[in-house]
Amino acid sequence: MRHTIAVIVENKSGVLTRIAGLFSRRSFNIDGLSVGATDNPEYSRMTITVEGDKEVLEQVIKQLSKLINVIRVSELAPAESVERELAIIKVTADKESRSEIMQIVNIFRAKIIDVSARSMIIEVTGDEEKINAIVQLLRQFGIKEMARTGKVSMIRGTRVIKA
Amino acid sequence: MSKKMTGAQAVLESLKREGVDIVFGLPGGVLLPLYDAIYQSDLRHILVRHEQGAAHMADGYARATGKVGVCIATSGPGATNLVTGIANAYMDSVPMVAITGQVNTWLIGKDAFQEADITGITLPITKHNYLLRSAKDITRVFREAFYIARTGRPGPVLIDLPRDVTVDEVEFTWPEVNLPGYHPSFKAHEMQIKKAAKALMEAERPVIYVGGGVKYAAAHRELYSLATKINAPVTTTLMGIGCFPEDHPLSLGMLGMHGTKYANYAIQESDLILAVGARFDDRVTGKISSFAPRAKIVHIDVDPAEVGKNVRVDIPVVGDARNALEGLEKEVLPKPRGPWNEKIDAWRKDHPLTYIPDMTIIKPQYVIEKLCELAPDAIITTEVGQNQMWAAQFFVHKDPQKFISSGGLGTMGYGFPAAIGAKMGRPECEVIDIAGDGSFLMNSQELATAVVNDVPVKIAILNNGCLGMVRQWQELFFEKRYSATILGRTSPDFVKLAEAYGAVGLRATKPSEVEPVIRAALASDRPTIMDFIVNPAEKVSPMVPAGATISEILELEWCEIEHIGHLEKHYSDQRKSIFGEEGC
Repeated sequence: MRHTIAVIVENKSGVLTRIAGLFSRRSFNIDGLSVGATDNPEYSRMTITVEGDKEVLEQVIKQLSKLINVIRVSELAPAESVERELAIIKVTADKESRSEIMQIVNIFRAKIIDVSARSMIIEVTGDEEKINAIVQLLRQFGIKEMARTGKVSMIRGTRVIKA
Repeated sequence: MSKKMTGAQAVLESLKREGVDIVFGLPGGVLLPLYDAIYQSDLRHILVRHEQGAAHMADGYARATGKVGVCIATSGPGATNLVTGIANAYMDSVPMVAITGQVNTWLIGKDAFQEADITGITLPITKHNYLLRSAKDITRVFREAFYIARTGRPGPVLIDLPRDVTVDEVEFTWPEVNLPGYHPSFKAHEMQIKKAAKALMEAERPVIYVGGGVKYAAAHRELYSLATKINAPVTTTLMGIGCFPEDHPLSLGMLGMHGTKYANYAIQESDLILAVGARFDDRVTGKISSFAPRAKIVHIDVDPAEVGKNVRVDIPVVGDARNALEGLEKEVLPKPRGPWNEKIDAWRKDHPLTYIPDMTIIKPQYVIEKLCELAPDAIITTEVGQNQMWAAQFFVHKDPQKFISSGGLGTMGYGFPAAIGAKMGRPECEVIDIAGDGSFLMNSQELATAVVNDVPVKIAILNNGCLGMVRQWQELFFEKRYSATILGRTSPDFVKLAEAYGAVGLRATKPSEVEPVIRAALASDRPTIMDFIVNPAEKVSPMVPAGATISEILELEWCEIEHIGHLEKHYSDQRKSIFGEEGC
């Protein structure tokens, strides 16, 4: 079972190491991790995807909460939250394939952010499944390079996860 | 009006304000400014002979006094030498602040001379750690470090102190602690206490299972009131030893791998386990899936992450043990003794902790019994292995701060420096390290520290010429193939070793010599080694084999004559190889 948790941490050096170290030494499986700023420069927000049953999730949350630099840990239930990931993908694109690729890009509401004679870079945002789907479709043209951010997630409605 | 001072002086002023009166350490290049400030201050500094000793002394001091222990080591090798001691304190939740020197801030990351990334290295074995980058942060960080070390579930905090930070000038301020991410739980939830009390009242076969958390919360009086009010039997972990008087009729002694049979039977038959400040360690539970199969589990712990970590818990109570036990005691009604108590008494009578006495060869258990008889109020520290288990089993413990042992990490070489630290903290107490010949050598260099600083600790070496606990497992599970566990009787001569350091060395080779040697040691006002030449074949019994259910606890055969002969032959062969034929 996969779970998404949001972790608000102090924006200090070494905090990422503390979190990554905790996961490895407690043998928690981490599927994805993204870190970025929040509206308050003193804090960063991490979105972590972990694999495990309910007991594992409970331990992950409790152990994370014990870290002094961790301010808040919350689980984001998939049904109650929105999640997004961004990917940029460099595909082989020549005269023949270019228009077909552009059609796929349009269908996925993705963007072309760079074009050359033999390649294009595509930017796509969405949940994990959507990105997997476009990647799958683009494979036939030849994916030269890809970078994905890992997901960020937020609870729907007025509830907030803040420091 | 704030005062201008150097970083080093700010460190010392911070220590003073935190109530530190003694530190254990060893200087080095980057610590010269700090040690220069120590030289000019009234802080008591104990110079150790190896930094591991400093960490264990701070640990022993903390456990004996309840205060935060402080150790200091220089950068690089000094800092890495602290690592075992810090890990030890972390596993046993000991409040400690470790201060390490670091190279100048502009050299960090350049592989400078004696540089080690000690905050990186100690990340998984500290409650928290800091790398100071500016002198203006010193006071805040020290204040936070002491607060974190002693509150909630205690633990070690490391502060890495670059040389230039100790030299820079700073205005002294003393800021309040402000840690938005740290909320140690103190008060248990009232609703949970009520639920726990109800479960205790309904239980027919309750057992109170007590760990080190009761010691750190100083909750032994509350525990006593609760247990005696409802006549519930009490068993302790190694870390919980002394929290409940072992001569009390409700005491089950220690449980687990080398616990009493009756404690393990009681757990397995119990319908309610009240765990207090204990963490269901594998040495306690044995095979976890068959641990206490009929019992509802109430778990009181100050660390929420411990609840539900190893076993399913029916009623979690997160909070300080003292507060929770006090609340529970108020909620429950007195309960008379019942059939459960009688059943336990019968088990206790049928399966006592015992050994077969011997008139010719010293039994290690006999030494412990004699120590207990002659120094019942002593603080006992232990090394790790057979000596530790016999000390746990055959000394009658009654005081939570008087049994000091490396539980979680199982650090050989812990007991002696811990004894020095304990004696420094409680000079009025007799302090005895119960040691093995293997363990003692791991930090025997601290004899110099004890002698120079006039710390009259006593060391009882149960000298069996081998790494006894591992040898015991080899005998039982590896068909007596004693791979690398035979040390020999002559390695080294502990009486001469003591004398070489200016300590006193005494030896007993026969049972009749045990008492006179102990009496002489207790009368000695200097550090004193008692070298007891004990039966090498003696095993710690009873024993739950690793991975077995704890009620499958075996009474080990006491002594195989043929077997002793086998070991003694090892020793005599070794003596021959060292000293030639005439040396035997």
